[in-house]
Amino acid sequence: MIKFLLKGIIRDHHRSLFPVMIVAIGVTITVVLHSWITGVFGDIVEFSSKFNTGHVRVITKGYADNLNQMPNDFALEDVETNIKNLQILFPEMTWAKRIKFGGLIDIADEFGETKVQGPAVGMAIDMLSKDSKELERLNIPKSLKRGSLPKNPGELLLSDQFAKKLSISPGETVTIITSTMYGSMAIENFILAGTVEFGSAAMDNGAVIVDIADAQIMLNMEDATGELLGYFPKNYDAEKALQTKVVFNKKYFIKDDDFSPVMMTIHDDGFLGEYIQMGESMVGTVTVVFLLIMSIVLWNSGLLGALRRYGEVGVRLAIGEAKNHIYFAMIMESIMIGVIGSIVGTGIGLIFAFWLEQGIDIGAMMKNSTMMMPSVFRGQITTETYYIGFLPGILSTVLGTLLSGIGIYKRQTAELFKELEA
Amino acid sequence: MKKLILLIIIFSTISLAQTAEEILQKIDDNMVFKKAITTTKMIIHGRSRSRTIEAKSWGKGSELALVEYLSPAREKGKKMLKTEDKIWIYTPEPTDRIITISGHLMRQSVMGSDLSYEDITDNSSMLDNYNASLQSDEIIMERNCWVLELIAKEKKVSYYKRKIWVDKERNLAIKEERFAKSGKLLKTTEILDMFFQDNRWFPKHMKFKDVLSKGKGTEYFIESIVFDADIPEHYFTKAGLKR
Repeated sequence: MIKFLLKGIIRDHHRSLFPVMIVAIGVTITVVLHSWITGVFGDIVEFSSKFNTGHVRVITKGYADNLNQMPNDFALEDVETNIKNLQILFPEMTWAKRIKFGGLIDIADEFGETKVQGPAVGMAIDMLSKDSKELERLNIPKSLKRGSLPKNPGELLLSDQFAKKLSISPGETVTIITSTMYGSMAIENFILAGTVEFGSAAMDNGAVIVDIADAQIMLNMEDATGELLGYFPKNYDAEKALQTKVVFNKKYFIKDDDFSPVMMTIHDDGFLGEYIQMGESMVGTVTVVFLLIMSIVLWNSGLLGALRRYGEVGVRLAIGEAKNHIYFAMIMESIMIGVIGSIVGTGIGLIFAFWLEQGIDIGAMMKNSTMMMPSVFRGQITTETYYIGFLPGILSTVLGTLLSGIGIYKRQTAELFKELEA
Repeated sequence: MKKLILLIIIFSTISLAQTAEEILQKIDDNMVFKKAITTTKMIIHGRSRSRTIEAKSWGKGSELALVEYLSPAREKGKKMLKTEDKIWIYTPEPTDRIITISGHLMRQSVMGSDLSYEDITDNSSMLDNYNASLQSDEIIMERNCWVLELIAKEKKVSYYKRKIWVDKERNLAIKEERFAKSGKLLKTTEILDMFFQDNRWFPKHMKFKDVLSKGKGTEYFIESIVFDADIPEHYFTKAGLKR
């Protein structure tokens, strides 16, 4: 039967060409959008996890309750012991100490008084330890614009844009004015080692990166850190992150203690969590929308086809073929058309998706954005990309045929001969 | 007996007859000095632990003050100079920087305590800054007190409204609530101990609580004070900060 139907599809172009084209177009769009949305949201998640959240992060409960305020007075203490415990509990993961702080970058005149000043968002990472992967994780060596990476304590990096705004160059002295974890004013001098272009407007507007050990001294946070970020060996895995969180929190979290450590996943991060959920639901929404649109179009084309094949169906009924059999044969035919259209559409879609994987620079549009996101977005071809189009492709043709084929059951055998005579 | 009752009535009448302005004047007589050198200790009870900070300050009138931190080691040598409406913060070598604080930053916490830069350098006259009204009499901390409500005369005054409980005998505000113009309570203070020196009562042990912060309050001790001390003029100059 399949062979018979396939011959029919190939030989009768009027029967198959239009539905195959519709399905192919719909599937192409679904595949391209799926790859784009997956890529964009994947980029945002990876970018944020590297700069901000880790795949999971350990902070104190008090810190988690006031996350947007960078509350270092709720810092995680005994951090080296905490890291050792985490390494025992989750040996495949790597852990990075991070401290975020707000403050002012102040450049002095020859009398030691303020010449120029600007607000800064500070981040302390491990830049000087031999086995630290932090610089590579943040892609800093490749983002270096002027000067060099810090080699000694007391050296820092500034965003290139910010350094230009303050009219300072590598080698010059920069003062950070900030608050210690106890709220005292901290004033510390650093040497500007180099300037960096982060590729994120939020960071490029005024970021300063110092070594974690320097920050611990400056902020009176010896053996303390704001956050401990954990990374899986590969990309973010939501399920794995959730399991890790459950294991950790069960062992260490104390509900009523503001200084109790608590583990969070990216999904727990208010804004980013919502964003990821939005991304996941967008893929589903796109698939359903195209499924519905194509079903309506194919239903109509099915109706047209049914009208055109009115005589054929009549003859088949007249010679005794059961209505069920005809209906079933037409559904089988639609599945084949759906499969052919989906293969063609997925092929074309993958070509576009491959092009999107090279990336689109939206830096110019992000100029004034304060959101922490990459300025180059890339599509991403995943295993799902290869089959996602088949769902709307096949379902829409079947649905269209199911609806238009109902007419078969309404035909009365007694009227068939009259129709044929006519 | 009749004489005693008469004396009590006369004394009560005299004490009630005090006007709010007179009470403020008596507080000023105790608290406001022309010149003084003070050593203080501040115990800041933070969210997780307490810290002790010791300092020495030199004050001249309501406009000039210099504070030098003596301990802990990380704060030692840091100085704070108040001149009229500005505060200069000096951080010694190797940083060797002078940073200006003005405007709303003057209301920021000093060293994470419950005191602001304005609080710590304040030596201004209550009578000059506030219109007062006598509200009632109350017994607070086993002391007979007048309850006064003060409303700021000018915008530049740190707290728009203050409610003070003034010890009738020693003329010190042993309890105080400080409010914003909106009516929101900002800070509370208590004098837990006081001493008598050079014909004036002065706080020895105070407790400050910034109601908006989540810390557990700051205890402030005046370890010693020398009134009308001889203080060289250069102490109150920016150049003097680096000496």
